[in-house]
Amino acid sequence: MRVESYGTLAEAARAMGPDSVFMAGGTLVMRDVNAGTAASRIVRSADPALREIRATGDGFSIGAGVTMAQVLAHRDLSFLAPVARAVGGPQVRNMATIGGNIFAHHPYGDFAVALLALGSRVVQAGQGGARSLDDVLRERGRSGGSSAIIAAIEVPRPRDPRAFGFLKVSRIKPKGVSVMSLAAHLPLEGGRIRGARVAFGAMGPAPLRSSAVERVLEGQSLDAATIARAAQLAGDGLDPPTDALASAWYRREVAGTHLKRLLEKMERG
Amino acid sequence: MAKKPVTFTLNGSERAAFAEEGLNLLEFLRRGVGDLSPKYGCGQGTCGACTVIIDGETHLACLTMADAVQGRKVETASGLANGKVHPLQEAFMEHFAAQCGYCTPGMLMSAKVLLDRNPSPTRADVIEAISGNLCRCTGYEPIIDAILATANTRARA
Repeated sequence: MRVESYGTLAEAARAMGPDSVFMAGGTLVMRDVNAGTAASRIVRSADPALREIRATGDGFSIGAGVTMAQVLAHRDLSFLAPVARAVGGPQVRNMATIGGNIFAHHPYGDFAVALLALGSRVVQAGQGGARSLDDVLRERGRSGGSSAIIAAIEVPRPRDPRAFGFLKVSRIKPKGVSVMSLAAHLPLEGGRIRGARVAFGAMGPAPLRSSAVERVLEGQSLDAATIARAAQLAGDGLDPPTDALASAWYRREVAGTHLKRLLEKMERG
Repeated sequence: MAKKPVTFTLNGSERAAFAEEGLNLLEFLRRGVGDLSPKYGCGQGTCGACTVIIDGETHLACLTMADAVQGRKVETASGLANGKVHPLQEAFMEHFAAQCGYCTPGMLMSAKVLLDRNPSPTRADVIEAISGNLCRCTGYEPIIDAILATANTRARA
């Protein structure tokens, strides 16, 4: 195993290849190093851009190396604070990065679920423009993802923070891995939901949106009848995994209950 | 494997040692530097037995590469006692907060950072602060009591 450090992200991006993995906070890659299963080349970068949080027109550009603790400490990212707080214990939050969370397999990766529901976009090092997180996660689910380094994540700010909700379902409080996690962004226009985005973690190979639930919510007001219809369809089109925490059957059974709890919490405001 | 020198501050003293490429900070501290207080539990970031303080923040030494502490300040449980035991250590003894003792160095580090930042924590603050440290002996209650008692004693002093 070789460890390579680069001053800039552009240099690190050029060094990436099929035999390499990029390490940021280390909470995922170092596990593999300790187990002797890491890639043969580990690429790191001390580029300060990785730790930057910048306000943009309609949201924030958050460097992929920003930690959960940095998110929690940032006054303007309060809408993401409940999500960051749900990740790990204090030590993990001081180390784990939002870029790394996009590569975290269940029962981890709860932050990516929230980023997906918010309609985030991913900026990759050495590449112009930004890709939708939907595409990046779909690619990860299919093939394990590309060797491109994530430089930053563009996160739209919900115009009304009450339109965004997050729920992590875990058996151990306050710190436990997730049986599943759910996030919803349901902006209202004239009392009706416009542009519903509902995402699940641990309900497929990578965090994914539930188009069935989004269709039911779109154009409706968030009331008891709508919530009941959405809950009925919660598992539709999803392919939950079986692991040590829960079976696929169990996850499909309880997805509706947890979606109902999240939507009811959002309805109460 | 290539070795590189790492210079850092350990519990207030300048230290320098060679670290193999890819070596984690826990192995580096234990075998390279000789500080046996951080413990190897899971090697996966789950148990918190290897918790150390880097520049005032708790980190998991088993998931940190050794060279990441170059030029930084590292604190471990072995630096707590200064002529006499630290008030947290005294409270842990008083409240029977250590049984097998394996989690204790990590618990002490999490508790220290909590009290450094928040001298009067609530019970909920303490539970949150030690939520990344597993203890399989005590059921946590004596540990929570010991940390709260340390804060109360300091407040009265």
